[in-house]
Amino acid sequence: MEVQQFYYDNKIVKNFLYATIFWGVVGMAVGLMLAYFFIFPNYTEGISWLSFGRLRPLHTNAVIFAFVGNAIFAGVYYSTQRLLKARMYSDLLSKINFWGWQAIIVGAAITLPLGYTTTKEYAELEWPFDIAIAVIWVAFGINLIGTMLKRRQRHLYVAIWFYIATFVTVAVLHIFNNLELPISAMKSYSVYAGVQDALVQWWYGHNAVAFFLTTPFLGLMYYFVPKAANRPVYSYRLSIVHFWSLIFIYIWAGPHHLLYTALPEWAQSLGTAFSIMLLMPSWGGMINGLLTLRGAWDKVRTDPVLKFMVVAITGYGMATFEGPMLSLKNVNAIGHFTDWIIAHVHVGALAWNGFLTFGMIYYLVPKLFKTKLFSTGLANLHFWVGTLGIIMYTLPMYVAGFTQASMWKQFNPDGTLVYGNFLETVTEIMPMYWMRAIGGTLYIAGMFILVYNVIVTIKNGSKVTDELAEAPALQHVSKRRVAGEGWHTWLERKPIKLTIGATIAILIGGIVQIVPTIMVKSNIPTIASVKPYTPLELEGRDIYIREGCVGCHSQMVRPFRSEVERYGEYSKAGEFVYDHPFLWGSKRTGPDLHRIGGKYSDNWHLNHMYDPQSTSSGSIMPSYKWIVKDELDKSMTEAKMKAMVQLGVPYTEEEIANAQQAMLEQGTKIEKNLYADPDFAQTYEADKAAGGPEFVEMRNREIVALIAYLQRLGTDIKVKDIETAQN
Amino acid sequence: MLKFVKNYMDSISGIEVYPIISLLIFFGFFVVLFLWVFTAKKEYIQTVSNIPLENDNQNQTEK
Repeated sequence: MEVQQFYYDNKIVKNFLYATIFWGVVGMAVGLMLAYFFIFPNYTEGISWLSFGRLRPLHTNAVIFAFVGNAIFAGVYYSTQRLLKARMYSDLLSKINFWGWQAIIVGAAITLPLGYTTTKEYAELEWPFDIAIAVIWVAFGINLIGTMLKRRQRHLYVAIWFYIATFVTVAVLHIFNNLELPISAMKSYSVYAGVQDALVQWWYGHNAVAFFLTTPFLGLMYYFVPKAANRPVYSYRLSIVHFWSLIFIYIWAGPHHLLYTALPEWAQSLGTAFSIMLLMPSWGGMINGLLTLRGAWDKVRTDPVLKFMVVAITGYGMATFEGPMLSLKNVNAIGHFTDWIIAHVHVGALAWNGFLTFGMIYYLVPKLFKTKLFSTGLANLHFWVGTLGIIMYTLPMYVAGFTQASMWKQFNPDGTLVYGNFLETVTEIMPMYWMRAIGGTLYIAGMFILVYNVIVTIKNGSKVTDELAEAPALQHVSKRRVAGEGWHTWLERKPIKLTIGATIAILIGGIVQIVPTIMVKSNIPTIASVKPYTPLELEGRDIYIREGCVGCHSQMVRPFRSEVERYGEYSKAGEFVYDHPFLWGSKRTGPDLHRIGGKYSDNWHLNHMYDPQSTSSGSIMPSYKWIVKDELDKSMTEAKMKAMVQLGVPYTEEEIANAQQAMLEQGTKIEKNLYADPDFAQTYEADKAAGGPEFVEMRNREIVALIAYLQRLGTDIKVKDIETAQN
Repeated sequence: MLKFVKNYMDSISGIEVYPIISLLIFFGFFVVLFLWVFTAKKEYIQTVSNIPLENDNQNQTEK
């Protein structure tokens, strides 16, 4: 048989590793900044692009897509070439993948702090980036599948299947969740509204976790753990069952993010049922990973690579046990909107993704630079500091979550809430926020140890070169199954068919769940009294979106006695029919805002935005002085309304034509209301006198639009109307 | 449970069989998968699971 010689592309792996480390530091540093906002809410006071609401999406995107994303590419490019005994299909596509991905990340790091966001979690980037991501992702996919077609290894090892499923599913999810109507270069509205937007978003959000943070890393686990332990995976049979059951089931579980919301009951139950089933494949995979070390546990004592991997897999096991538990409605009623969820995701991110990435880096860097790791001691130190960091981060967040949930739900014997003031439930958990910040500091300290260790190792090593390998070319085999060949064995040597099979598996779940909610009108009962936002309210809503208010405030009163008592009537699906995008939120660092309309005076809102601590002593909300001072940009209002009309919001042509006038009138009315406060009248008149020609009148400022929106929220229905609508 | 589903999707005719069909698809797929997995030849499983470890004997010459 003729033996062919070829080179593995190591330089691209090196580039992705550098990017992983660099963006890891950035993403974690931003996370740490956010942790300190809980303790010192105003330490970046007055700097809009360094405010909590705008940095939160930067943190999540940097960690998920920049840190973990580059780690995925590094691992996939390294292992795919070796598993398939072939160089990557195209060097050009590899380079496009690398540089395109970094360009998108840089773009994200600039635009997110500037307030360009869609608010849909982990999909916050605006539409030009969404297109760029799709293009780069397809380049990656072509490169991956192309490599499979020119491979010299007949059978596709299970890690490759996980990579295929990752590529296909992320592409599908990304495209469907980001369908949006552009208004300008950096502004768009989701084509879905309210409940439908929520369902599509969490179908995406959940599966971003599944197919970006889990399946590619499982592929990496199936390659790097056997490599590091120098023994094959515990059970290859189990890995096959693991793969198919995981991708079949995962895609259905999204609605567990929306339990007790206005989402139709059947979709919620479906999500719960599949989430419980998910426990099986997840733990099957975890057990398979851990048992790969059977008979090699002595190595775990000495090899930092294996140490990191063992904690990573354990973290995966913990997070995937917790996930199904949180999907039970009674547990979800406690955990949802609290810091428990923050603990949950950080077990996944810090332990599973972080530690597996660190293990991979410590394994790959010496290999690529043909040297030994500079210091095993430092790697061990990183391991212990990092592990301690995870514990110090997550434990306080669990305690905080439980504490807050219990306080939210506690009643006096006379039927009133014990902690009627939301703020009491925040000040109670401040010590936990302190400990979390310390845990995060430890974790990033470990990261710096890695950076030092890697830099010195690279200095001691030699230049990364493409590695020569040789393997015989594949003989041509019949397209059909040969004698004695099982159908799955046949499938394993058919990459395209395997890809199609995986696509079908994930599409079934998507179609059955998503299509009915979008197509069947009766799923969203309409309420006659719910009307579109006025132009000024619409502009106010866009400010709410820009500032990332949704990061800390939900707009979804769940049908619990404690929430109805605290916030007002529970939220109905029909109230959100004009919400492009939905703003239900997923975390309550502050109180729910769905029934905030009419609860406080306009003056209260103005003072609260200017200096939250003046109206609510001990509040950890940052001040939003720029909203109070800046002029509202009304140049896009008509275009925004026209876009809304295209999406089915019934604005009349007359309303659009009179938008400017309507905004001025509503703004003037709010300005008048503000004069009710003599303090305001006095300072405002003084400002006006001193302001000169640059002075912006209150009626034209951003704050007025925001107040208009907040005062409108949740006021469209009275309980009486609902009863008639339902009958 | 089925009551809710029917309530929401009553505009689709013949919807009742959908859950049964999807159950059969899932059940059938996994039955066949398990059958294959348990009857797969030992040597084959061993060969495939050793793929990641194969490269160690490769030519170490550098470009």
